[in-house]
Formats: sequence, structure tokens, C-alpha cells
Amino acid sequence: MKLTLTEEQEMLRKTARDFLGDKCSKKFVKEMEESETGYSRELWREMAGLGWMGLALPGEYGGGDMNFLDLAVLLEEMGRACLPGPFFSTVVLGGLSILDIGSEEQKREYLPQVIHGEKIVTLALTEPGYHNYDASSISVEAARDDGNYMISGTKLFVPDAHIADYLLCVAKTKPKSGITIFLVDAKNLGIKYAVLKTIAGDKLCEVVFDQMPVTKADILGRVDQGWGAAQRMVQRAAVGKCCEMVGNIQRVLEMTVDYAKERKQFDRPIGSFQVIQHYCADMATDVDSARFSTYQAAWMLSEGLPCAKEVAIAKAWISEASQRIFALAHQIHGAIGVTIEHDLQYYTRRAKAAEVAFGDADFYRDVVAKEMGL
Amino acid sequence: MDFGFTEEQNRFRQEVRDFLEEEIKNGYWVPTCDAWVQGFSPEFTKRVADRGWIGLTWPKEYGGQGRSHIDRLVLTEEMLRYGAPAACHWFGDRQVGGAILSFGSEELKKEFLPRIVRGEAYFGLGMSEPGTGSDLASLQTRAVEDGDYYVVTGQKTWTSCASFAQYFDVYVRTDPEAPRHRGISEFIVDAQSPGVSRIPMSDITGTEAWNDVFFDNVRVHKRYLVGEKNRGFYQVLHQLDYERSGMERLMGNYPLFEAIIQFAKDNKLSREPVVRSKLAQLQIEFEVGRLLIYRVALVMEEGRAPNWESAMSKAYSTEFEKHVASVAMEVLGSYGQLAPASKSVPLRGMALHSYLGSKGYSLQAGTTEILKNILAVRRLGLPSS
Repeated sequence: MKLTLTEEQEMLRKTARDFLGDKCSKKFVKEMEESETGYSRELWREMAGLGWMGLALPGEYGGGDMNFLDLAVLLEEMGRACLPGPFFSTVVLGGLSILDIGSEEQKREYLPQVIHGEKIVTLALTEPGYHNYDASSISVEAARDDGNYMISGTKLFVPDAHIADYLLCVAKTKPKSGITIFLVDAKNLGIKYAVLKTIAGDKLCEVVFDQMPVTKADILGRVDQGWGAAQRMVQRAAVGKCCEMVGNIQRVLEMTVDYAKERKQFDRPIGSFQVIQHYCADMATDVDSARFSTYQAAWMLSEGLPCAKEVAIAKAWISEASQRIFALAHQIHGAIGVTIEHDLQYYTRRAKAAEVAFGDADFYRDVVAKEMGL
Repeated sequence: MDFGFTEEQNRFRQEVRDFLEEEIKNGYWVPTCDAWVQGFSPEFTKRVADRGWIGLTWPKEYGGQGRSHIDRLVLTEEMLRYGAPAACHWFGDRQVGGAILSFGSEELKKEFLPRIVRGEAYFGLGMSEPGTGSDLASLQTRAVEDGDYYVVTGQKTWTSCASFAQYFDVYVRTDPEAPRHRGISEFIVDAQSPGVSRIPMSDITGTEAWNDVFFDNVRVHKRYLVGEKNRGFYQVLHQLDYERSGMERLMGNYPLFEAIIQFAKDNKLSREPVVRSKLAQLQIEFEVGRLLIYRVALVMEEGRAPNWESAMSKAYSTEFEKHVASVAMEVLGSYGQLAPASKSVPLRGMALHSYLGSKGYSLQAGTTEILKNILAVRRLGLPSS
């Protein structure tokens, strides 16, 4: 057992923190929230130049040959910086899924494009309505059409779909949960996009497939048996979101403690009042516990160990811990923290978005219950 | 990072489990909540000692095994999982032995450590006093030098395991003129010394949980001074870090946790969404807390005393234990109010015992409020209030 980063990971963390500190100011974040695309081509190219997109992809495709645990460190820094853009979609949802289930040919074709920052990929999984990541809830259908397929239906909350080059579309190909994943050209005219206006100012989209033809060659993984792979995608994505959230809440703790040391009332720093101290202590406990449970799940994923329970624990825990943290962070910051000028709001909004992404606390509590045999 | 255990650690865990299961099978004891502090069994302690499992991390020259703090945590985790009656050796193993090792003279180490390791020396703590709780530096028990002896007079309270302790680790004022933090010293006092008397005190469950311990002109030889004279306050802070460090803060009522999950399964209650959600939440909280405690062991493994780390894990964990007891009472409904000896009582009355007993978990070994102060100042650098 070891709960500290390796030297290499510390270096990665430092590089990422310096780079993002330089390039990803809150002014930039705001611009990206207000822009149509939600990201900067220039920054995207620079990130590719640093090898970030390919960090956790194998060297044989041009990647950095590091693992999910290393990527976790990078995601944490991105969360800390509130980095906007399609990194998460392209790498965690796209690249790692192609690596997981793609054929050798597909990997050779698509992974280098991801690694070099040439293409943006995302995952079209969730759909309108309120359901919880089960195969039976997939209604977007890929109907067999003369040996090929025709996709119809609506996906919702698809991140960065409007700028994507490829979509991994999870579709029903057989009644009773026969699921197949297709890798489709996102620019196809049979797909319509609408960007939603979200709490985090990120770019979640509605994606409508209208009789879009796809070929057998576009199938990623196994025909009708794709749900297992989709679950692994959700699992990786949930842990990836946890990593971003760890970076987020760690920064919020630091901001809040700094503020408590500086802000004076009754002629003393408010951080000298016991009630504020205990709020901060509670925040620190939530941050550390979220960090360890997140990294435990990331480590297990990285090692290829079965980890449904640990992933569920991490996401369930951080989803509620972050709510507690933000309640206290805002209380300690006072009125300034609820203004649009203050940095705290960027974190507050993003934490809520991450909390509901890829399964919330209620969803994962039930996963834990199943794992306990309840 | 690596959240796994080595092959050797896994084997060791299995070895401990096999031993404990065999003990239960033989009917030597029944898994019980709070058995680490209330389960008095010299025979069990002796059998544990025979396996070399007391003083596991101590150097071999004093009878220890020189093993890692992770190994010790694996051991104690299993003891707690099975609710084993480990109270005779728990305090000596957890903290007094370590204090002697860190601060004691060579003579003291040779006198006590091998005997603790053999399961032959039981300790109680003499820290709190009637007027001294969280503000430990205010203690009034006096020790006055008299030739080769100190003469100790005063009263200690909340002393766990006092009725069977053979020794007390006692903090007393040796310099009343000095600033209060700088006039305290630590002594090992033989419980049989003339002038030592004890009065048992029952906790809210009716269990004899503590004693008041009185010292009436008790003569203690100078060689039983632990560490430097008047440095006792700094030594006790160090010792408290260890007192708070362990899994007993998370798993003191583990037998109840396990039993209530089984009860819910057996009675089909776990299909009810509310019960299901509550039990899953407990499991989440348990596993999160476990990581906080393993972090503490890793800090000790680096050779550092855990400070804010054990403050954090202890404050967190005692809330979990209270939560376990509350959920158990909720799941049991009206049956929760039944006492261990009652007709119709489920789970041997563990829920009632734990519900009442757990009120004290966040008070002993540092109140949660004191622990949060430590976190605020030591971890976060906030100004002292």
C-alpha cells in the first residue's frame, strides 16, 4: 500500500499545474463558456504537443504508454483549473473506449488521430427521460438494413457533440437489450445537433439521428453484445469525473482556507473563530476521503481489477461530499462568493455538473447495495 | 499509488482470521461490540501473545517482531471484525509500549516491553481528571520528589480497563511553578502500590466502562519516570496521536454492522429502498473511513507520528460508528429498544448497547471538537482561536 504519487506523476502534476495556470485563467474559462465551440483550437494543439491526449494510450499507436492512474493525476489538474473543452470526451470517453473494444484496424486508424489532437471524439449514450444507465433504457435504434444499419432516435446530454469528428453511438440492435456500439462520422448530414445551456457552461448537446446509414465496418466491439463495453465506459467516465472533482474541491478548500485567514471581522481573521475552523476541518476531511476513494478506484481500473463497488463508492461519496464542501465554502466566503465576479462560482457550477454526470449518489448507492448482496 | 496488499500481508490476514474463527468455533468467546476495550480475557491475550502478535511493530531486541504498521493494522482490523476480547493488551500494545519505546529509559524498555509482548502486563491510562477533560494541561494530580521517589497524590478518571490493569500510565504535575504545559511528567505506576484505589463507574449501557483511580501519597521510584521530567505534556500529545490512530475508532461496533446487514437480508428488509439505501450508505462510509485509517498507518510507517491525520480519521470514524448504531435502531424499529437480556431481543441486544455506548465514542481520546481544532491549526494553518 502506498498513497503518494510517484516521482513521474509529481512531475506530470507540476507540468500540468504550471501549464494550466498559465493558459487557463478564469477569464479564458468565461470566454469559452460564452463561445459557441467551448474550446480553443490553439490550446488544444498545445495540449496535444504535451502528449496529453495520448498519455494513457499505448506507445505502439503513438501514445505515452502511461496508465489510467497517471491520467487521473492529469484529470485532477484539469478539474482544478476548470479547463473547458473536449479533452474528457475525446480521451476518456473516446480514445480509451476505442482502445478497450476497437479492432486492431480501428485502433490503428483512430487512436493516432486522437493522440495527435487531430480529431475530437465523444460518446452518445444517454437519452431523453430519466433512467439510470441500464441497457433497457436505450431506445436509439440501429435497424438492420441490407447488411448495414440505419440509426434513428435522440441522444441527450452528449458532451461536445457539436464539435466532434466521431461519435461513439450506443444503439439498440436487437429487442431486449441487444446493444451495439457504432463509431460514426459526426459530420454526417443525417445528424442534427443542438447545444444545451447548462449550469457549468460546458457544451452538452442533443443529438438527433434521422435515418443515418452506418456500415458493419463502423461497429466498435461486438454486435448485440455491446452493453458490457458501455458499462465499462460509464465506469471509466465516472472515475474520470471523480478525478476532476477531486481537483475542483481541493482548490476550493485552499481558496476557502486562504480567505478565512485573510478576511477580518471583529478585528480578527474569521479563520480564528472555532466555528469557521470546524467548517474548514470538515471540508478537509471530505476532500481527503474523496481523494483516497477516487484514487483507489482509479488504481483498480488501472490494474484491470474488478471494481464495480469501489467505483460506486468513489462516485457516491464525492457526489455528496462535494455538496457539503460547497455549502461550507459559500458560507465561509460570505456574499462575495455568490457574485459572478468571484472565482468560486466556476467551481460550484462545475461540481454540480460532474455530480450528475455518469451516475449520481443515489444511483451508485444502489450499485453498492447490489455488491453487498442486499 | 497502490491500494493493494502484498501476498505476505494477505497471508497474514488469513492467518489471523483462521485463528479467530477457530477461537469462536471452540467457544472461547462470542464476537462482541467494544470488545477491544471491554473484553477482558487474559487467556485470549496469552494466546495472541504466543503467536507474537503483541508489539508486532516493536524492535526484536525488546521482543517485538519489527514488522510494519500496515501489518499491525491488518491484525487489529481482523481482531475488530471478529469482536475479539483484546482489552487486556490493547492499551499496552497500542500506545503505552510505544511511549516507553519513544521516551523511556533502556531500563524501562527492558522491564516492560518484553512483558507486554508476552501478554503479561496490562495497562490503564491516567490522563483525565474530574476537572480536566479536553484541557489536559490543567491537570492537578501532583508528584513531589522525595529522595529516590516521587510521591503522587490526586485523582484520575475515565480510566478504561482500570479494574484489571496492573499498571497505570499516569500524567502528573511535577512543577507547579512552571507554565502549565511545562510542569507535567509521565510515570508508570504499579496498580498494587499502597495508596492506589479504584472505584468502578458504569456507562450509559450499565457496563462497567471506567474507574475513578485515586492516588493517596503513592510512592513511585524515579526509574518509573518516562522520558524527561516536566516534558510529559509533549509526550502525551505524541501518545494521543497513536491512541486515535487505529481501526478501533471505525470498527468498535463492527459486529453490529455485520449483523444488521445480515438481519436485513434475512428478513427481506433490504429490498425496501429506504433500508437498502441506508445500509449501502453505511458501507460507503465504512470503506472511506478505512482508507483514512490506512493513511495513518502509512504515515507511521514513514517514521512520523500521525498528528492531524489521526485527528481526521478518528473524528470521521466515530461519526460512522454512531451512524451504524442509529441505522441499526431504525431498521429494528420497536425491537431496537430491547435490552440484551430481554425476551424477543434481536441481535443479542447489540443495537441498544451500541446506540447508547456510541454517544461516548466522539468524546474519548479527544473530543471531535478538539480533533477539528487540531485539523484546522495543524493541517490547514488557521490561526489559533
